[in-house]
Amino acid sequence: MIPAQFDYVRPTTLDEAVRALSEGGEDAKVLGGGQSLLPVLRLRLAAPTLLVDLGGIAELRGIREDGDRIAVGAMTTHHDVVHDELLHEHVGLLSDAAATVADPQVRHRGTLGGALSHADPAGDLGAVALALEAEFVLAGPGGRRTVAATEFFLDYFTTALAEDELLTEIRFPRYTGWKHHYEKFNRTAQAWSMVAVAVALKVDGGVISEARVGLTNMGTTPIRASGVEAALVGQPASEDSAKAAAAHATEGTSAPSDADAAADYREHLARVLTGRAVLTAAG
Amino acid sequence: MTVTEQTPAPTTTEVGRARTRKEDARLITGRSRYTDSITPHGTLHMHVVRSPLAHATITSVDTSSALRSPGVLGVYTAADLGVEAVGLPCAWPITPDMKAPQRPLLASRTVHFAGEGVAVVVARSAAAARDAADQVEIDYEPLEPVLDMEAALAEGATLVHPDLGTNENATWVFDSGAAGTGSSVDEAIAAAEADPDSIVVKRRFLQQRLIPAFMEPRSCVVDPTGEQITIWAATQVPHILRTMTTVTLGVPESKLRVIAPDVGGGFGGKIGVLPEEMLCVVLAQKTGKPVKWTETRSESLLAAHHGRDQIQDITITAKKDGTVTGLDVHLLADMGAYLGLVGPGVPILGAFMFNAIYKFPALKFTCTNVFTTKTLTDAYRGAGRPEATFAIERIMDELAVELGRDPMDLRRQNWITHGEFPFTTVVGLTYDSGNYEQATDQAMATFDYAGLRHEQEERRRSGDRIQLGIGISTFTEMCGLAPSRVLGSLDYGAGGWEAASIRMLATGKVEVITGASGHGQGHETAFSQIVADQLGVPYEDVEVLHGDTHVSPKGLDTYGSRSLVVGGIAIVKAAEKVVVKAKKIAAHLLEASEEDLEFSGGNFTVRGTDKGKSIQEIAFAAFMAHDYPEDMEPSLDSDAVYDPENFSFPHGTHLAAMEVDTETGQVRLRKYVCVDDVGTVVNPLIVEGQVHGGLAQGIAQALFEEATYDDQGTLVTGTLVDYTLPSAADLPSFDTAVVSTPATSNPLGVKGVGEAGTIASTPAIVNGVIDALRHLGVTNVEMPTTSQRVWRAIQAAKGNTTQETPTDVHSPGAGLGSIDPNNPQGEVL
Amino acid sequence: MAQVRVTVDGVEYADDVEPRMLLVQYLRERLGKTGTVIGCDTSNCGACTVHLNGQSVKSCSVLAVQVDGSEVTTIEGLARDGQLHPVQKAFNDNHALQCGYCTPGMIMQSIDLLGDNPDPSEHEVRHGLEGNLCRCTGYQNIVKAVRDAAQKMKPASATPDTAESAATSASVAGGAS
Repeated sequence: MIPAQFDYVRPTTLDEAVRALSEGGEDAKVLGGGQSLLPVLRLRLAAPTLLVDLGGIAELRGIREDGDRIAVGAMTTHHDVVHDELLHEHVGLLSDAAATVADPQVRHRGTLGGALSHADPAGDLGAVALALEAEFVLAGPGGRRTVAATEFFLDYFTTALAEDELLTEIRFPRYTGWKHHYEKFNRTAQAWSMVAVAVALKVDGGVISEARVGLTNMGTTPIRASGVEAALVGQPASEDSAKAAAAHATEGTSAPSDADAAADYREHLARVLTGRAVLTAAG
Repeated sequence: MTVTEQTPAPTTTEVGRARTRKEDARLITGRSRYTDSITPHGTLHMHVVRSPLAHATITSVDTSSALRSPGVLGVYTAADLGVEAVGLPCAWPITPDMKAPQRPLLASRTVHFAGEGVAVVVARSAAAARDAADQVEIDYEPLEPVLDMEAALAEGATLVHPDLGTNENATWVFDSGAAGTGSSVDEAIAAAEADPDSIVVKRRFLQQRLIPAFMEPRSCVVDPTGEQITIWAATQVPHILRTMTTVTLGVPESKLRVIAPDVGGGFGGKIGVLPEEMLCVVLAQKTGKPVKWTETRSESLLAAHHGRDQIQDITITAKKDGTVTGLDVHLLADMGAYLGLVGPGVPILGAFMFNAIYKFPALKFTCTNVFTTKTLTDAYRGAGRPEATFAIERIMDELAVELGRDPMDLRRQNWITHGEFPFTTVVGLTYDSGNYEQATDQAMATFDYAGLRHEQEERRRSGDRIQLGIGISTFTEMCGLAPSRVLGSLDYGAGGWEAASIRMLATGKVEVITGASGHGQGHETAFSQIVADQLGVPYEDVEVLHGDTHVSPKGLDTYGSRSLVVGGIAIVKAAEKVVVKAKKIAAHLLEASEEDLEFSGGNFTVRGTDKGKSIQEIAFAAFMAHDYPEDMEPSLDSDAVYDPENFSFPHGTHLAAMEVDTETGQVRLRKYVCVDDVGTVVNPLIVEGQVHGGLAQGIAQALFEEATYDDQGTLVTGTLVDYTLPSAADLPSFDTAVVSTPATSNPLGVKGVGEAGTIASTPAIVNGVIDALRHLGVTNVEMPTTSQRVWRAIQAAKGNTTQETPTDVHSPGAGLGSIDPNNPQGEVL
Repeated sequence: MAQVRVTVDGVEYADDVEPRMLLVQYLRERLGKTGTVIGCDTSNCGACTVHLNGQSVKSCSVLAVQVDGSEVTTIEGLARDGQLHPVQKAFNDNHALQCGYCTPGMIMQSIDLLGDNPDPSEHEVRHGLEGNLCRCTGYQNIVKAVRDAAQKMKPASATPDTAESAATSASVAGGAS
């Protein structure tokens, strides 16, 4: 319950933060909302020597329109994501999924950038960012770079972020008018997703013209269910087409086996939940 | 909740009233005093360095680096403290030849479960102690873990305690034929097997391992300054802790004061005498300073005692007309690595409840307790009786299926009818009162049993994705522990009485001292109500004191649903003595004979006159002592010790409507109705609260909770991420009601209620889950009935082969679920 | 050591703390605010819930240094002049607590929930409290208490007497959080 000793800085600008992180070396960690990091520190599963708290950097917080994108500051809390009108209108799937993260207290502190950087494959927001083709803006000593979601998630708890880089912003294309649903399956309300499916559909005249589908906890990273998407496009938004498309849900997955669910059960769930998510979204 | 009084309640003002609780005022404003909030000046903090391995030889302990850590006063092994020979007590040697290992304060040569303490650090702050603990270097030579009970009993098995020569702790047998309380089960089975008009049904049920998971982690503060050593402890049993500290460490009992301040739940999990408590006493004596220990939640899940964990082989025989003829029970019960205070006796508390409410002519109970290299098991809400109730209610359903009968009709055919009370059962217990018909009829009507059966038919016929199951549990239990002579006959190491004192203060207030030690039950409120009626004083004038051996020197504490039915009756007895004394003084002051006095509503009046005095006036007169009868002392204060004549036998009918998603296997509790008969209700609010909480725990066993170990004996469910307690979002509202058939074994007519909900609900849920799936060919689903287990059961019934589920593997994902905090394999960040 | 200036239950404090000190430890060990308790080490139980700048947080999951310049309300700061917050009163009225250990967190989270949703359904209350564990009550009376408090806190439906007390108490909570 008592973390090991560490130093702490709370920069007020991004540059200061990048410098602090860089100077802190490999044992420096970024403190975002702290909702994943603090439990780990309390259990002494990690012992960083320095925490760089991003909480004092105003520019990292907030949601804004940026041309054809909606940009979400990395330090924007889940609570703010859930309640933001811009996101509701243009990136509704993100609002759906963020509302299922942990519990209200955690959503008051936990941040979108923190959750994505943490890159727990059971986390709910990676599949959404991946499916919605978000861009990740990274800042480091060499300046800023933008990474596509497909390039961001590399492995369990591993992302394209270098040790001295920070995630500053996540930029979502607009999905204005799309239908969406995040179907989460867990053992208890506060448990992490056993499997979850993120679906956004563009439906024109009862026919699915575009589809985005992401899977949570079906591999070492979030998974884009491209096979499902392809199978949906051009089909009526019906139970039959949802079922047919859902049969592709496990393509390209490598479901983990654990005490909650062995891989075959996860695969089965992925198919069932994909069908349901598509139907709910379409409905 | 509705309360149906079968007989009119006596004309009282307080008993039966839904008083909101006195104790809440502090707890809702944060003016609480839990043990961890107590830190006397100069307090030192203890941290326990625990073994990450289940079974290993300790080859070296190097404390030198830890000793150099800032703020550290000492780092000690058992040898350093001279406590290698100290063993913690087991108070229930269930057989004369029971094998009992020494349970050390700290492991010296061998660790026997993952989480066992090996060394302690004492430092000026909890943080300094924790920091130094990381510096203690312990080398282990791993030994084979012993994890499976049946394998542990096999020839050539690795022994948990080689000096015992076996992994068998004891085998305890009750045979109604041999005891003369019934006939022989062996004969019943042989007869049934030979009789074409009879049936024999055998089933194996598993009681998974559970963790009590009280919300307040365990904690103690031991202050050696002052003439007595004061121990504050998060315990259910301050009196037992005091006596057992003496037994364990030899400190004279008169030099010990134990205080249980506010205690944040127990559920049996806080009846132990802990190695950590004893270590704090030793260290406080050694340093002359207060020493404090508070566990983390992970430590609690790992090292606080667990519950349940039985393999149950049940054979029932019956006539094909449904009449039950015999029940043969074979249990294996996992003790874990050591014996807890009452651990070996927990399964035995169930021995007398397998026959439940039914008229079995023959019953045999055989239980073998087994040592494994796991955390020890001991009492958890219900302690033995949930296991028994689960087995009998599950097998009654199985018998109904085999006979093609409605499960409620079959129960009705076999239960003790209202007219048959008092009824002596096949195990020799006498049930004093009950009305199974009343509770059942009311429950079935509220539940709409017929309507739901109809809906179930419809869903089956249409092949609905959501199937409906109806689960039944018509339970009884024995509680109110316990008649001392009965405990003696079971070789239990204490009596079952309870003590009470009443002090009549000069200013009209009444202090009630109870030996029960509440930790959430509402004793202050309920006991105040009882005393207000007994003495005719205002409820507000009654102050209930407990949980401090200087205030309440005599008591046997709180467990086994005993506080009201034993402790409450002791209070009644003390109050009766107060009235007797007051009457003498009243007669004296009123210049009347005692025979002419009436006592009612707190007033003594002379019959036929308007002369009278209130009991509070008498109390003042006794305090002044200017004028009182010569043949008595000037005091109304009275003590009583009450030893119950019988157990208490609450009962009830619980019905669960379970929805199962046959695609995902997900189980949903749609509706839960129960009607409980807990005798006279002192406070309906409190009774309802006890039922709700009990249900939640019993339902959680059926649906959510399981402590699992990996193949190396490491606890996999070592945090609340993995040991999944239900939140509000995981449970529905329950439809609870109470009927009242007053107990005849005590003057208030009360029965215990603390464990009833937990005992009753588990089989109702599981019966419902299986009932939803029975038509698909599913015959069993182990607890907890997770979605995966249900899905696999459906697949198996369809003839589909599925993967083996690794029950003991952490996923790298799912946050803290990925790591065992007590045995970290690596960093995640 | 790092300095933290924070207003807790209406009182300003300035302290030097180790960066690793959790807010809950600061509240309990430095300020003596032992009304807020610790039930777990994985952020599951919610017993340590307080309000930080008007929002519920688990005080085990915030560092004391992080609240520099902030306002914190604990269970001890809800009642003023003996006037209970309507949620506190509802917990008593509805027997929504037994051992009381989860109660501070439950009450703090319930107040937050009612701030977001003044008239929640049973389902909404249950999900709004999903980050708080209780082992005694089975939650039923907690849910009932929250919904009862919601009714009492509605100015329109309250009797003049309770409307006034609710308004007073609500303003206390609002001001403090």
